[in-house]
Amino acid sequence: MPADPNTGSTAASSAAPPARLAQKALADLPWEVGVAKPDPAMVVDKVTRTFGGLTAVSVDHLEIQRGGITGLIGPNGAGKTTLFNLLTGFDQPNTGTWTFDGKSLGRMSPHQVARLGVVRTFQLTKALSRLTVLQNMLLGAQGQSGESFLKALVPGTWRAQEKANTEKAMDLLRRFKLDAKKDDFAGILSGGQRKLLEMARALMSDPKVVMLDEPMAGVNPALTQSLLGHVKDLREEGMTVVFVEHDMDVVRDISDWVVVMAAGKVIAEGPPESISQNKAVVDAYLGAHHDAPLTNEEEDRVLAEAEAAIAREEGVAPGGTTPETISSEKDKP
Amino acid sequence: MSDLIDALLIGVKSGLGFQAIFFALLAIGINVHFGYTGLLNFGQIAFAMLGGFGIAISVSQWGLPFWVGVLVGIAAAVVLALLLGLPTLRLRADYLAIVTIATAEGLRLLFRSVSATPVTNGTRGLSAFNQSFIALAPWDTQTRYRILGTSWSGGELWVAVVGWVLVALSCLLVWALMRSPWGRVLKAIREDEDAVRALGKNVYNYKMQALVLGAVFGALGGMVYAVGTGSAIPDQYQNANTFLAYAALILGGAARVLGPVVGSIILLFILQFADTFLRALISNGVIPDALLSSTDVAQIRFVLVGIGLMLLLVFRPQGIFGDRREVMLDAR
Repeated sequence: MPADPNTGSTAASSAAPPARLAQKALADLPWEVGVAKPDPAMVVDKVTRTFGGLTAVSVDHLEIQRGGITGLIGPNGAGKTTLFNLLTGFDQPNTGTWTFDGKSLGRMSPHQVARLGVVRTFQLTKALSRLTVLQNMLLGAQGQSGESFLKALVPGTWRAQEKANTEKAMDLLRRFKLDAKKDDFAGILSGGQRKLLEMARALMSDPKVVMLDEPMAGVNPALTQSLLGHVKDLREEGMTVVFVEHDMDVVRDISDWVVVMAAGKVIAEGPPESISQNKAVVDAYLGAHHDAPLTNEEEDRVLAEAEAAIAREEGVAPGGTTPETISSEKDKP
Repeated sequence: MSDLIDALLIGVKSGLGFQAIFFALLAIGINVHFGYTGLLNFGQIAFAMLGGFGIAISVSQWGLPFWVGVLVGIAAAVVLALLLGLPTLRLRADYLAIVTIATAEGLRLLFRSVSATPVTNGTRGLSAFNQSFIALAPWDTQTRYRILGTSWSGGELWVAVVGWVLVALSCLLVWALMRSPWGRVLKAIREDEDAVRALGKNVYNYKMQALVLGAVFGALGGMVYAVGTGSAIPDQYQNANTFLAYAALILGGAARVLGPVVGSIILLFILQFADTFLRALISNGVIPDALLSSTDVAQIRFVLVGIGLMLLLVFRPQGIFGDRREVMLDAR
């Protein structure tokens, strides 16, 4: 399938060199949590979500730069997907406010958020299996008059719109190399094709913010490249992209800004190159008590200590103290 | 041999009579709910009962004209659909199933209860409300007519003709809706609600519209049944009818416009044919009395339908009209 893995990226780079305005705008910001961005599209303030005793998300302040690609990373269970659900109305937080373009999204249902121009994809791809690929695409179009019950009965009211939407859908399908599959059921597509379809479907609604939940999960490397190209294209078209991803190479490659979450909190943010040096991030991924790689002297010292300890134990054991302490422990009532 | 032909003819008549229309309309409603939108409505008969009693109570008890009764029946079904949908459609699909099955049983018990007797006449039900409708027939309703070897009274024929016109109009409506973008949203909801929400559609509204539309088809079915039998008795509206309508829908093919109609015709034909033919064979002594007595036939025919459905699901899971590719996607 999408045979040429490089199409997306070459298309982007063969045009005028990507401006990456967001990257420039973000270049001088301090690398600290909750830093204010020059032109935030989304602002999250004191949002918490608890499930019983577990605090899944507790974000103090987070701003997402307009027109940039923001990568959201963190170990499993860090609350990335929960934050996505909160931002898109699929879940409601216990406290906090969050706005898009200055408009509060609190208490909004998912379809209202989507109509504002914030569309998302899902970690487990939701292709609508028993609809054709083209029908999947058409569903993404907004403001369709044929979707109201009464107007649906008068084809004259929606024919022209449907035709325009179909053309738009075919353009997108060609871009995503799915046009040959337009009349197939979405259920027979491969996992990678479903990811492509879901992204293309989201684009049918002309979104302002695209939120991608693990767009590359379970996708072969060649297709990953093509997906990456598509995500970069979104930025070229002026969309704001937020995506969750585990593959650090991908994150480093495309994001302008990276937000790291762990245990529900934002623990670091900054440009991608800053993240791998950040102690909090390394702690979150590898555990707080990790050690730097051992040098030769250290290794010798550790070995010597271990040998000394063993020698002590052996010296003590014949004296019978150890068994005795054990038995005396045992005898205690 | 003449027994076989007789049984076939009686079966054909049953497959074209008002009972087949009743099941066809129920199944068309269930098709909108289950086939297209993925709503599990296990109490379609409740809407039919409200339709039937809407006419019966309006005409017999309140003295209103027949057509006002039709409107009352439809309005009652719409109200019930809204009441059932409001609390459950925000929840998972199972909740609607629980609520509808309980309502169907509860409403029937309410209608046959002693306290409801002043309105519904309790277990004896209401009658004598269909004269003004039968009187509209353009032919003499007292004489009997022979059509292709089957014998119909004028009244039966009139109910059947009007009923099939109703079925045809319903199919036309479903066809027009399901090829429109509105229908596309319904089918998408059947596949995955959350994906549809993420694309900016108000899923709750669409599910409610679908529930009400299917309920109106159910109410029309109940009206045809009440007018066809000339009486409205609560115990006619057993919830087993809902499941027979589901059987008809699956037999014909879900999410197909003509699936429920053809399924109902075939279901009624098989039930009646099996009944008549088995009885004939028993009275002829072809089937020995020790093996099967004529009192068992009423049950045996349902066993035959069950076996038939099982064979269908093994060899043609998509039903008669369904698309095999579509059904096979579920297995993945």
